[in-house]
Amino acid sequence: MRLYEVFRFALRGLSANKLRSSLTTLGILIGVAAVILLVAVGNGSSVQIASSISSLGAGTLTVSSSTSGRGGGGGGMGGGGMGGQSTQSGPRTQAKQLTLEDARALVDPENAPNVESSSPVVNANSVTTTYEGTSHSISQFVGTYPGYLKATSKSLSSGSLFTQQDVDAANKVVLLGRTVAEELFGRVSPLDKKINVDGVFFTVVGVLAEAGSSSSSFQDADDVAIAPITAVQGTLTSYGSLSQIVVQAKSADTVDAAQSEITSILNQRHGITGSTTDFTVYNQATVQSAVADSNRTFTVLLGAVAAISLLVGGIGVTNIMLVTVTERTREIGIRKAIGAPKSAILGQFIIEATILSLLGGVLGVVVGVAGSRFEIVGVEPVIVPSSVFLALGVSVVIGLFFGSYPANRAADLRPIEALRHE
Amino acid sequence: MTPSAPAVLDIRGVTKIYGQGETTVHALRGITLRVERGDYVAIMGRSGSGKSTLMNILGCLDVPTAGRYLLDGTDVGSLQEHQLSILRNRKIGFIFQSFNLIPRMSALANVELPLAYGGVKPAERRRRATAALELVGLGDRVGHEPNELSGGQQQRVAVARALATSPSLLLADEPTGNLDTKSTGDVLDMLDRVSVSGRTIALITHEDEVAARAKRVLKLVDGDIIEDRRQAPADGPPPRLLQAGGVQ
Repeated sequence: MRLYEVFRFALRGLSANKLRSSLTTLGILIGVAAVILLVAVGNGSSVQIASSISSLGAGTLTVSSSTSGRGGGGGGMGGGGMGGQSTQSGPRTQAKQLTLEDARALVDPENAPNVESSSPVVNANSVTTTYEGTSHSISQFVGTYPGYLKATSKSLSSGSLFTQQDVDAANKVVLLGRTVAEELFGRVSPLDKKINVDGVFFTVVGVLAEAGSSSSSFQDADDVAIAPITAVQGTLTSYGSLSQIVVQAKSADTVDAAQSEITSILNQRHGITGSTTDFTVYNQATVQSAVADSNRTFTVLLGAVAAISLLVGGIGVTNIMLVTVTERTREIGIRKAIGAPKSAILGQFIIEATILSLLGGVLGVVVGVAGSRFEIVGVEPVIVPSSVFLALGVSVVIGLFFGSYPANRAADLRPIEALRHE
Repeated sequence: MTPSAPAVLDIRGVTKIYGQGETTVHALRGITLRVERGDYVAIMGRSGSGKSTLMNILGCLDVPTAGRYLLDGTDVGSLQEHQLSILRNRKIGFIFQSFNLIPRMSALANVELPLAYGGVKPAERRRRATAALELVGLGDRVGHEPNELSGGQQQRVAVARALATSPSLLLADEPTGNLDTKSTGDVLDMLDRVSVSGRTIALITHEDEVAARAKRVLKLVDGDIIEDRRQAPADGPPPRLLQAGGVQ
């Protein structure tokens, strides 16, 4: 009795009830496809988040004021604004906002050798802009130094960057994000046009290159305008404090060194002695790894849900094989009476179950891989190769595992009882 | 045949008890039976007489509660399950009342099945199965599935299947029970021819006409053999062919 004979018997058994076989296969198919697809979706959103974070700039540190927060560094400061009252009994610290002077002080070859550039940033949100009757609300209007673009990995698609002279002279020039340019100008070149920003006219000197595939889950990174900080302060924002300071390290490797240099300089300038600080330095790498961690959890969760559907598919295989064995009890009895060894009966039913689940697995991989070529809920799925092999492997194991119980039952049937079965 | 050659069937004091306590049923009460090579034995009895139990034990489908059973000189009681399946495959050919062909398999595939389990190579298997089907007069029906054949034809396929492995013993359990008169005659004629060729046959029946075709008739009542009548010598032709020969 060769294996190939047993295999033929198994195929014959399956083809005897094609509808039932294909429905069982469908169960496994859905399970395997779900594992591959959902893991791909999870992975895809990870990749997306990672790329949108890196588009914020690698090797970049963001310093922001933490006076309004009660948490960070055990702040315990009074509300925002100058002269907040300390509610702490510790060393009284006058919480200070970030200022232009702070930003300038960070560019210090002696005390901060790892800092490449430092750009003060003021933000105006939802700024209404009009151009010849077309109106658009820019979600983020940034006032900063020219170094900001390099630090945040932004580049120009047309026009030119404003210069330090523009900053010094407070020239009303602006760089538009792709979304803003399209909303206001359509296909017309916006260069050298004057746009009305809350009653102030800015001349467009450049258009930013597309920031990339920021998905619907994030703010549109292209709905932005960048102008010299001096032009923005006093028109769109007050002359007060900075929103943040964007610092670029000399290289991605020196970010940590730069971070400690910034911290010590600002501690000195703000007169901070203890652990209580009035500012926070964000390291993009830290944010990225935190986000990646939470995303991994998300992926695992999706995978677990899919694994359950694969398990249900496996139970479907057991169920159908049990039905098959019961239905074919008499046939099993005949086979045993004419001398089929136990191993041949066992083999036949295990192979039947394995074919069902393997076929379902292979088709599931096809469906999963095909399905992941489409965008799903705004996420471009990225297939994890190991999930394909795992799902396929698991489907085979399911066939063996879930098929072995019915197969054993068939093989252990006593021929006289099986023959009597109607 | 020399007297020292082992009998095909050698049963010594076989009993079979079902159930326990008050529900105990003594299906067989110590049967001793010896069947020589080439004999054609009909086992008769009403339902409940234990003939099916005896058949199951003879066919190695069931084991006796006590006693010894030697098939072709092999002590069946000492065999493991996989050895029993080999024994069934090589030494016994089964013919059942309800034919028991496997559905959705052609006549040829059904006849090939015991050969496949016996490890015969495909080409040889096909040759032997085709020869067996021609022997039973179904050479032109090899591709038909059981549901495309009449009862008589199905039983002839079953006979071909039983003969394909050239077993020492052909066991027939009420082979004509589900057949009309003509088909019954066909199948019994076929068994006569099988007997002439020297194969040993054990047949279970409750019909006198069927038993009349055997060389030896055993009557079973309540698990005991109460009559053992010889109708023709074991090494000669069966009675019907003997009569025909006598007339001529």
